[in-house]
Amino acid sequence: MATILSLDPRVTRLHISADPDLNAEPKPELDQFQTYEVFHQAKSGGHHMHVGCVHAPNPEMAIVLAKETYGRRGQTINMWVVDTASILTMRGEDSDVFETTPEKVYRDVGAYMVRNKVEEYKKRKKQEANDSSKTGTK
Amino acid sequence: MVIKDLLYRLADDCLIIAHRHSEWTGFGPLLEEDIAFSSIAQDKLGHANALYKILHEQLGEPNPDTIAFNRSEQDFKCCQFVELPNASYDFSLVRHFLFDVSELFRWQMLQESNYEPLAKLAVKIHGEVKYHVYHAQTWIVQLGAQGNEESHSRMQTALNTAWPYALGIFEHGADEGALITDGVFAGEDALRSAWHGFLVERCAAANLTIPTDATPMLGGRKGYHTEYLKPLLDEMNEVFRIDPAAEW
Repeated sequence: MATILSLDPRVTRLHISADPDLNAEPKPELDQFQTYEVFHQAKSGGHHMHVGCVHAPNPEMAIVLAKETYGRRGQTINMWVVDTASILTMRGEDSDVFETTPEKVYRDVGAYMVRNKVEEYKKRKKQEANDSSKTGTK
Repeated sequence: MVIKDLLYRLADDCLIIAHRHSEWTGFGPLLEEDIAFSSIAQDKLGHANALYKILHEQLGEPNPDTIAFNRSEQDFKCCQFVELPNASYDFSLVRHFLFDVSELFRWQMLQESNYEPLAKLAVKIHGEVKYHVYHAQTWIVQLGAQGNEESHSRMQTALNTAWPYALGIFEHGADEGALITDGVFAGEDALRSAWHGFLVERCAAANLTIPTDATPMLGGRKGYHTEYLKPLLDEMNEVFRIDPAAEW
């Protein structure tokens, strides 16, 4: 597992190994605010979807700036901002943990044949309702 | 007609501050702030346009483009506060704060107006004005109370400079009494007192001191302007004047 300071290259520079022939000096760290990830909710009850990041010194400033950066067009009803460094992520080389053997059909909804049971249940209930109305029970 | 005078005052304030705010587009201190401030400028332009439309459609004034681009300096009823050049971002932020707090209360009061087009507009733009104040006060508290000594002193200096002009927002119009008795608007004095009460609390939170001995800079509502309005209008009208009858 890993945390990321920011995905924004203005904060976290890409690591590029210097060409020894160029004799290049590494650039100094940028003097930038940290970043906050922005999550946008378009409809009441809808999911907050990740839309990007903003630079800000604190969460209050982040949400004020996120409003116009990501919410000025189209419908928005709410937003979340989360300090980028609070997000825990998998390391790229660990993406193989998501690989899984395909034989476990018992994990998939499609592997369960329940429709016939549901139909049978509905039919039985309907029959019971008919029978009770015929005998005049109220 | 007193309603016309009121509408011109409100609309001209919005048009001129929209132009001043838009001068920051591309030069904002942060990419995100550049977007936010430009967006606020566009909102202000929208408010000016909506007010000019009422003047045109309800009260027989020329169309909004003509009103905005084809009047001379002394026909503008904006307060001098909105004309002042931006200088530096601290001043623009403080002006945005002081002006938009007055807009927040003004439009709240206008929701009660018995002049229906104005009351309807007040309801419609309520959310935008609320965000403008939210944006401004977050910055002011950030720089005044949570920044460093330099940011605090720059905020305080900007507040001292802006204050006498901000008081000019509340200069009375042509017939303040008639507006109040007719139920169109509760008046600049009531607005100023709501504005001041809010600022006392917010400025305390931002660790800023409100100047107490300021003389209001008046005249704008009567067409007397600073030396800065004319060049602003010349720049704003430049394209329009090439061909005033052009279809856009």
